[in-house]
Amino acid sequence: MHFTNNEVYFFSIIFILKLQTGLTKTYNQMEFKPRIIAFLCNWCSYTGADLAGTSRMEYKANVRAVRVMCSGRIEPTFVLRAFTKGADGVLICGCHPGDCHYQEGNYRCLRRFLLLQKYIRQMGIESERLKLEWISASEGKQFAELVNSFTETITEMGPCRIKETMKVLT
Amino acid sequence: MEGSKPKLKLAVYWAAACGGCCVSVLDVHEKLFDVIAAADLIFWPIALDIKYKDVEEMPDDHIDVTLFNGAVRNSENIHMAKLLRKKSKVLVAYGSCSHMGGIPGLANFSERDAIFKRVYSDCESVVNPSNIKPVPEYEVKEGTLTIPEFYNDVRSLGQVVDVDYFIPGCPPQTDRLLEVFSAIVSGAELPPKGSVIGAGTKTQCDECVRKRTENKRIKKFYRPWEIQDDGVTCFMEQGVLCMGPATRTGCGFRCIKGNAPCRGCYGPPAGVSDPGAKMMSSIASIIDEKEPEEISRVLEDLVDPAGTFYRFSLPVSLIRRKLV
Repeated sequence: MHFTNNEVYFFSIIFILKLQTGLTKTYNQMEFKPRIIAFLCNWCSYTGADLAGTSRMEYKANVRAVRVMCSGRIEPTFVLRAFTKGADGVLICGCHPGDCHYQEGNYRCLRRFLLLQKYIRQMGIESERLKLEWISASEGKQFAELVNSFTETITEMGPCRIKETMKVLT
Repeated sequence: MEGSKPKLKLAVYWAAACGGCCVSVLDVHEKLFDVIAAADLIFWPIALDIKYKDVEEMPDDHIDVTLFNGAVRNSENIHMAKLLRKKSKVLVAYGSCSHMGGIPGLANFSERDAIFKRVYSDCESVVNPSNIKPVPEYEVKEGTLTIPEFYNDVRSLGQVVDVDYFIPGCPPQTDRLLEVFSAIVSGAELPPKGSVIGAGTKTQCDECVRKRTENKRIKKFYRPWEIQDDGVTCFMEQGVLCMGPATRTGCGFRCIKGNAPCRGCYGPPAGVSDPGAKMMSSIASIIDEKEPEEISRVLEDLVDPAGTFYRFSLPVSLIRRKLV
């Protein structure tokens, strides 16, 4: 069986979301626990998140990371698929402007992000559910804070209505 | 003509469609004689007087090939889609609407009540003082009148029944149809089920007739009427939004040759599921700005991104309707 690069990403998104559904059900059946997918670039943000971990910082466990080589690798399809598969929020992190390992991948990411926000707003998804932040390899603390604040925002907003709406057929 | 070989039985049906696909079948012109030599058209509402009950009485798999055009929008469409699936050996989704939802699919930005309100009360040309709106059943003294039920969602044919092949286009190129038809008649090996046939696999840009450089840089998007097109240079390089990067080839560049940018009716190229997402990623790559404010300013020119990028494909896209 051969999978394309994109399919591997799609599977990881779906797998991660399923994983977390299981968790939510076992630990807490009533309270809303948002499911958030974070796309982290390999060179800065993933290392930053790793730093938060190795420094034993505590942050909310709602965010699940998908590592990509560059924030410019994140296709709009990834984000949209995360939403349709049940993510309540999507977080994109990349290197600070000017710091991209591949020169300008993060600028592409920024443009896609702004366009995507405009698009999801038009489709009735609150644009706050999609967030872009620059996290460098040394910003473990900022990453932990970002995760906490984003989780809080999404918890306040409640579950994304996409699942129930996608069921409407007749 | 060899009398021993039975003639093919063809059917053409329209669901939620404008009729353009049926006309594109008529556009075979004098080739119609070749078609008729090899096949009998047994069901075609636009041209033949035949009733639904005649189709219902046919044995299963009676029709060899059905060209189904139009999206699935109401209970009549769904009934006919299921019926024709049962009666046909090969069911072909013909045209953008049955392939991806097409223009009727844009109704997924709204829902039934809002559409009825607009059409039967708000529309400037409507006079409807007693506020009459269609209902599926209505009692009169002679009995009950019924009309098909109008659904909230528009769906493509493939989302409702099992489809063998897809022929994209709004409408599909008649030449492509003839190619497909002669392949079926000659008994050539057909592509695997579920294939898009009668079209290429690459993107429009790969084979485009316009001149382009690899260095696309956009600082402002123009609507086609805002700019004097030179007739030669790539539309995107001139700042006019063209769906070429996310659209399949096969149309023969009808729009481009007519000096209009591509609108994306042939759907996504092979291997791409969501044309709009692909288009967004391509647009984002060519905007020549780095500051968020500047990028937002450029994006302001894209008045209706969802409607532009998903003009023909909203019902089959990832977020297939506006959340209600």
